[in-house]
Amino acid sequence: LEIRFPWKLELSFPWFGMDIGGTLVKLVYFEPKDITAEEEQEEVENLKSIRRYLTSNTAYGKTGVRDVHLELKNLTMCGRTGNLHFIRFPTQAMHRFIQMGSDKNFSSLHTTLCATGGGAYKFENDFRTMADLELLKLDELDCLIHGLLYVDSVSFNGHPQCYYLENPSDTQNSVKTPCSLADPFPMLLVNIGSGVSILAVYSKDDYKRVTGTSLGGGTFLGLCCLLTGCETFEEALDMASRGDSSNVDKLVKDIYGGDYERFSLQGSAVASSFGHMMSKEKRDSISKEDLARAMLVTITNNIGSIARMCAVNEKIERVVFVGNFLRINTVSTKLLAYAMDFWSKGQLKALFLEHEGYFGAVGALLELLKSSEEP
Amino acid sequence: MTELWSSGSLDSGHSMDKSITLPPDEIFRNLENAKRFAIDIGGSLTKLAYYSTVQHKVAKVRSFDHTAKETEGDPLYEISMQEEMSARLHFIKFENAYIETCLDFIKDHLVNTDTKVIKATGGGAHKFKDLIEKKLKLRVDKEDEMTCLIKGCNFVLRNITHEAFVYVKHADSEFRFQNTHPDIFPYLLINIGSGVSIFKVESEDTFERVGGSSIGGGTFWGLGALLTKTKRFDELLQLASKGQHTNVDMLVKDIYGGSYGSLGLTGDLIASSFGKSATPDKEFSKEDMAKSLLHMISNDIGQLACLYARLHNLTRVYFGGFFIRGHPVTMHTITYSINFFTKGEVQALFLRHEGYLGTIGAFLKGAEEDNPNQYSWGENYAGSSGLMSTSPDLNPMQRARSGTFDMLEMDRLERQLVNLPLLQDPSSYIPDTVDLSEDALAREYWLYCFEEALDGVVKRAVASQPDLPEAAERAEKFRHKYQHKLQTLRHQPFAYGSLTVRSLLDTREHCLNEFNFPDPYSKIKQGENDMALKYFQKAVKSLGELSWEQRQFALVRGLLAGNVFDWGAKAVSELLNYSPFFSIERPWLVDAYDQWLERLKGPPHKCALFFVDNSGIDIILGVFPFVRELICRGTEVVLASNSSPALNDVTNSELQILTERIAAMDLVIQSAVKEDRLTLVQSGSSSPCLDLSRLDKVLAGVVRERHVDLVIIEGMGRAIHTNYYAILSCESLKMAVIKNSWLADRLGGKLFSVVFKYEVPPGHKTTTLDHVPVTPS
Repeated sequence: LEIRFPWKLELSFPWFGMDIGGTLVKLVYFEPKDITAEEEQEEVENLKSIRRYLTSNTAYGKTGVRDVHLELKNLTMCGRTGNLHFIRFPTQAMHRFIQMGSDKNFSSLHTTLCATGGGAYKFENDFRTMADLELLKLDELDCLIHGLLYVDSVSFNGHPQCYYLENPSDTQNSVKTPCSLADPFPMLLVNIGSGVSILAVYSKDDYKRVTGTSLGGGTFLGLCCLLTGCETFEEALDMASRGDSSNVDKLVKDIYGGDYERFSLQGSAVASSFGHMMSKEKRDSISKEDLARAMLVTITNNIGSIARMCAVNEKIERVVFVGNFLRINTVSTKLLAYAMDFWSKGQLKALFLEHEGYFGAVGALLELLKSSEEP
Repeated sequence: MTELWSSGSLDSGHSMDKSITLPPDEIFRNLENAKRFAIDIGGSLTKLAYYSTVQHKVAKVRSFDHTAKETEGDPLYEISMQEEMSARLHFIKFENAYIETCLDFIKDHLVNTDTKVIKATGGGAHKFKDLIEKKLKLRVDKEDEMTCLIKGCNFVLRNITHEAFVYVKHADSEFRFQNTHPDIFPYLLINIGSGVSIFKVESEDTFERVGGSSIGGGTFWGLGALLTKTKRFDELLQLASKGQHTNVDMLVKDIYGGSYGSLGLTGDLIASSFGKSATPDKEFSKEDMAKSLLHMISNDIGQLACLYARLHNLTRVYFGGFFIRGHPVTMHTITYSINFFTKGEVQALFLRHEGYLGTIGAFLKGAEEDNPNQYSWGENYAGSSGLMSTSPDLNPMQRARSGTFDMLEMDRLERQLVNLPLLQDPSSYIPDTVDLSEDALAREYWLYCFEEALDGVVKRAVASQPDLPEAAERAEKFRHKYQHKLQTLRHQPFAYGSLTVRSLLDTREHCLNEFNFPDPYSKIKQGENDMALKYFQKAVKSLGELSWEQRQFALVRGLLAGNVFDWGAKAVSELLNYSPFFSIERPWLVDAYDQWLERLKGPPHKCALFFVDNSGIDIILGVFPFVRELICRGTEVVLASNSSPALNDVTNSELQILTERIAAMDLVIQSAVKEDRLTLVQSGSSSPCLDLSRLDKVLAGVVRERHVDLVIIEGMGRAIHTNYYAILSCESLKMAVIKNSWLADRLGGKLFSVVFKYEVPPGHKTTTLDHVPVTPS
């Protein structure tokens, strides 16, 4: 049993970390499992109700989801043991969320709500006026890196957090292989959310944003919605998994009949994304699945290409891809792994993390806990 | 990849069009002797190239045999018109729809050619192979597209002044033309066709494809067509130019509510392209989607270009391909993107003849045995269409039509042209003093001036060929052509690069030559020379009677007075007729005479290079006495004169005869010629102005051998319109009388103000402090 020092400020529950992105809100919630009978008695009713609501459901409203498979069990944080839950919902539902906070009288709990991501700024005033809540706003890149390093350090319920694809050059047969991120620096961190940020990270607190691109997950989903009429990321990915992009893209062999030998380009390489769509005939005969696949391939390859150039320019060999674009998206992970390996002739290695998009939220939670350690 | 052939890119409305008739005077000229054909067939445009020899008249002067006794009144030398052949490259761009018509036309007009092969490149070459072979009876020989592109790019960068430009959307003049850098390598070429190819070019034969992207023009077109149901590329661009991307894109401020201050990302920055369109219950306008797509693709290409530029440490980045091809919309978005990603360190450069690169390269491939790269070539302003208007108001159909037959003609120059080795910094040297494309007032004035002078030029042209009855008709054709050029330049000052007084003068010379008026001033020059020679000895004698100091001033005054006698300037002819002789009283508008005199008291110069100006009094009574004094001081002199005629400027061949005659009268000149202390060289120019970055290679050699330490530039064209601000690495004298009241006004002086600029490069003892701005600051 841990000894609690009397001078140490007790951090009141609930413990949340929130990352409000352009498309998704990521919420991590620490559920204490070591609650004593005494505490249980003292626990106010609405705190109990929040805990029960979050832990007994896996879906919240129409669009909120708890990623049960990501739950980190028996985690010790700030002297308390419990489970870390990972919840997401669309940013569009933010006002409903704040309303709920107001309904549950969240402000009476006297906890600090740590939030990062652009929404921490955008919705700050709404939290204040609608729910009488003050946000502690945190920089999203700081949170991302701190959260990532922390989650990697605690392991994924005994398994490694990090993995790579063995045999990346053969996308049909590449194998997910766990690995350790024990000595992570320097790393190029590619965060693919609605847009993409690329960071060169040299240590926990020494990093720089190298560049970014607006062609990210939001672009994939946005264009897929316009082209196919789909409504969700899951739907778009599902279509993509069944499509064939070579009906949409113009390949090198479509132009040169085979490889473009003069510049050693393989015939199977994409020469022009959506290039076939210049022809009306082909536009009329294309399937939605093919379009979704081409969109996914286009966005992914482009991110891969920019990431690779950044890695070369920054002289970093390890490229870590994170962000919710990679969620349930094996097509993209395989393509990224392939692209890093192929274009660098094996020099660059693509790494992925199981908790893809939640590091910012974890980073925000860590800030909350840190604030209790430094009275 | 560059322009890739796709059936979708053929405009449906443009089926083979045989109804047009081609005006043979205008298009496919000089086909009779054409050889070495090359063709580049792209998605919608065909570019044809051939080499031909052009027969044209040149004025020759020949000394009479002076051993025979001369009689009073005999002309000094004989002027004759001769036919001469010169080499010209023709490039014609037209819509694919006209291929068959054009091939028929070529077949009918090709007279004597031993050509068996046509070099072909571009995505459509394959498709039209059979047609070409059948029509022209030439074997189609395919060349690699990218190699052609780069060869063509090297060629235009090396030979065409103001080929490259920076695009500035909202500026007075959208095009900022770049100086031709003496060394064009290394550079990055980003070709945006269906996809994107990035080349690093290090020398004529060393280049590599360092990277590329599949997100290119085909992506814009393909995705754009899917999103907006708009088929044509031009129409998509048109849609994009009317759209608002902020309705479709997720901006930083959409996520943050404002800017992301700590990273310096402004609120208006696009965080996620199409990020707002991931919603089933909203409609988006075609315009907005097209705009968003354009931004997405342009930014992506710009970003990659920057990453490659940084990786290879290159700052010269040229863009081409059908995505760019003269479209202001894409030039603007690419420029914006490059500027954003490099924080202004790299500028996006575009090319005036970007559409011709492939065919030029293919042509050069086929002409390798002629070794065209050993020559210098020059854009013929008379035969070239120039950059067409890019006004966004023009509807895309009109734009396509107006460019139906676009032409570029290049003349092979007799000599290889190089920099004057004495330029302080060749890469920053700009010959022209005023850029008329950026100065609307000055442009108006000079265009008016040249239009006003046209009557006189036509008259003089006719008068110069009294024996040729059709001269009047030709002169009218000349008038029409030049007038048309002036009209074009009024609306498109950027057509041939920066508009300058020099380019206006050169365009006039090109047009005169085009209609076989190689030297309208020949007779006038002859008379003037003849007259002036009679006074030479007398002038030298009276100068000899002066004290040293008096003589130095008299020599300078003589030079300036002589320079006033310029038939090219209207004011002087009036002055000679109506006004009393003007005085050359000091102080002058720019007056460094005292410093010059001080300098003359010092040791003699090793060698002086003198760029001479007019025939007659100027050269004979102004320049020669001055030169004679320099020679007497122990300075060697190199007289640089035009290779071919321009206005009344003395040409090299005329100067040879004059020098002979003067040498016969004057022992100082005679022995200087004999002992090689007085040398005549050609400048390589045939312009009344002077571009010190394009001079005869031989001249540059002489400058080095002789260790020239004084450069003298005389006359308004060479020392005011051009080179006024030129900085040399040795001492220089720039002298002129301003014979144009408007220009005098601009310079803060009056008509016939004198500019006497003596400059010493930093590090030398004496310096001058005059700084009269030519453009109001």
